[in-house]
Amino acid sequence: MPVIKINNLSKSYGEIHAVRNVSLEVAKGSIFGFLGPNGAGKTTTINILCTLLKPTSGTASIAGYDCNTESSGVRNHIGIVFQDTTLDKDLTAYENLLFHAYLYSVKRKDRKKKIEDSLEFVGLYERRHDLVKKFSGGMKRRLEVARGLIHDPEVLFLDEPTLGLDPQSRSNLWEFITKLPEKQGVTVFMTTHYMEEAEVCDQIAIIDRGSIIAQGTPNELKKSIGGDIIYIKTSDNEKAASDIEKLLNLKPTIKNGEIYVTVERGDTCLPELIRTLGESVLSVRLQRPTLNDVFLQLTGKQIRDVEISAGATLKENVRSHRRKFGRD
Amino acid sequence: MAEINAVYVLIARDLKKFVREKSRLLSTLARPVIWLFLVGGGMSRLVSDSMGMPYIQFIFPGILGMTILFGSIFSSISIIWDKEFGLMKEILVAPVSRFSIVIGKALSGSLISLLQATMILLISPIIGIDLGLQQIIYALAVSFLLAFCISSLGIIIATFFESFESFSAIMNFIVMPMFFLSGAMYPVQKLPDILKGVSKVNPLTYGVDALKHALLQDSRFTDFSIAMDIGVLIAASIIFVSIAGYLFTKRI
Ligand SMILES: Nc1ncnc2c1ncn2[C@@H]1O[C@H](COP(=O)(O)OP(=O)(O)OP(=O)(O)O)[C@@H](O)[C@H]1O
Ligand SMILES: [Mg+2]
Repeated sequence: MPVIKINNLSKSYGEIHAVRNVSLEVAKGSIFGFLGPNGAGKTTTINILCTLLKPTSGTASIAGYDCNTESSGVRNHIGIVFQDTTLDKDLTAYENLLFHAYLYSVKRKDRKKKIEDSLEFVGLYERRHDLVKKFSGGMKRRLEVARGLIHDPEVLFLDEPTLGLDPQSRSNLWEFITKLPEKQGVTVFMTTHYMEEAEVCDQIAIIDRGSIIAQGTPNELKKSIGGDIIYIKTSDNEKAASDIEKLLNLKPTIKNGEIYVTVERGDTCLPELIRTLGESVLSVRLQRPTLNDVFLQLTGKQIRDVEISAGATLKENVRSHRRKFGRD
Repeated sequence: MAEINAVYVLIARDLKKFVREKSRLLSTLARPVIWLFLVGGGMSRLVSDSMGMPYIQFIFPGILGMTILFGSIFSSISIIWDKEFGLMKEILVAPVSRFSIVIGKALSGSLISLLQATMILLISPIIGIDLGLQQIIYALAVSFLLAFCISSLGIIIATFFESFESFSAIMNFIVMPMFFLSGAMYPVQKLPDILKGVSKVNPLTYGVDALKHALLQDSRFTDFSIAMDIGVLIAASIIFVSIAGYLFTKRI
């Protein structure tokens, strides 16, 4: 049962086509990754889904509510962590969540417990009475995740939740995010341009210049560009190659004293190969394609190398400027 | 119910921050006190005889109006801050109507101004104005109405700006002219016709006039009837809050 349905969605700003004919379905209880370089249209899509922006054409619905016409229904069923921080830095962590609980009319008797539980969940319970301006970037991010969960949303949107965090805080935050569907029963819709982070997603869509260019599970996407490559060195490569051909019905190649063969699932194929070739095996190597390879093949460019548009650079500057002055 | 919760929490947040920031509290009170004693006290020597009342007493209602003007405008244009630093997005995606957000903001500005006005009223005995309970209640009621009106106007202004760089423009081209063309510091009848016209469409003029009725109780210093003052303030409040609600749905 899809909880998010997007049908032929487009959004243009005059000449700029930020989103073009996007169609997607997101299954309930899954983690959905929306990947793409700067300016691809990720945030624009999220803003349409969370009713902050009207689409130029097309439709979208969340939990059965139309994003264009039933905004109140949609808003009641979603939680959002925006790309830029949206906390009140002059309030404490607890007060920020209390503010949210009132805005979403969380029942009086549940309020305190819900807030404390979600603070506990993201590991900020001890710091609940500290002003948010004293929090690190990672703590603010976690607090925003906690806030997004207080009203038990069906879908939690995370727009680049790990942007600007150090590797440790990133993996920290990922731990929380991957636990979400199981623990909170929420569907996660997230964007990122760290391809390696997207590995944990159940489904992925890759967007580039407003259009979806690929969609599937991480494994499907990796398979779509050719699957795993096994490299084997043996004492007799010619003989081994013909053995492999017989076994797998695939023609291996010999190059630089190594045999290599592309298979669908390297992890299950490898033990079989070694058993067949027996003692003659000198070394083996398994290379699995990454989502970066997928992106590279689909767009001809590395996601992180994509030329950053002037607008995006400006945005980054503003952000780092704000960070410098401790206002973000 | 959802809407009432939202209005409540928007007010609670602003009040909490207002009370928490002691420096802001002090500086909002310092301005009117400085004007009252430095400008009012200084000018007293020049003009008091010709007025039939110490000048410092004459400007007291105007200073109260000034307190409300600044308090309300500042409170409302904090919306620009919320837009710049993101919190406004959190508010806008909540399942709450835009109109409730406007009402919440207008009421929080009104209450903060009312708090400040009350503190300024406490000065009245020092400058020789003795007030009865009825006068105090009347002055506070007018203060609240005026504060609601100006707060709503402040929200309208806030919808037009994205960053706080425009702050001094708002001060110089809107707030200060409103203050000087309200009869707060000097009677407006003696101004050139064009400025007199401007003062007639300035809601603060009617607020200050109503405060003069309440605090001075001397018809020589008022320009309109009480009924007219209150009527204009109520009408302006309704118009401003409607425009603010409309702009909030369209622009933000
Ligand atoms: N308000 C706007 N007016 C005009 N153009 C806009 C506006 N908002 C976004 N755009 C343009 O739409 C395109 C998509 O922007 P969007 O913010 O959705 O990208 P993104 O995928 O979220 O990028 P990033 O990774 O940098 O956050 C960009 O070319 C951007 O310049
Ligand atoms: Mg974005």
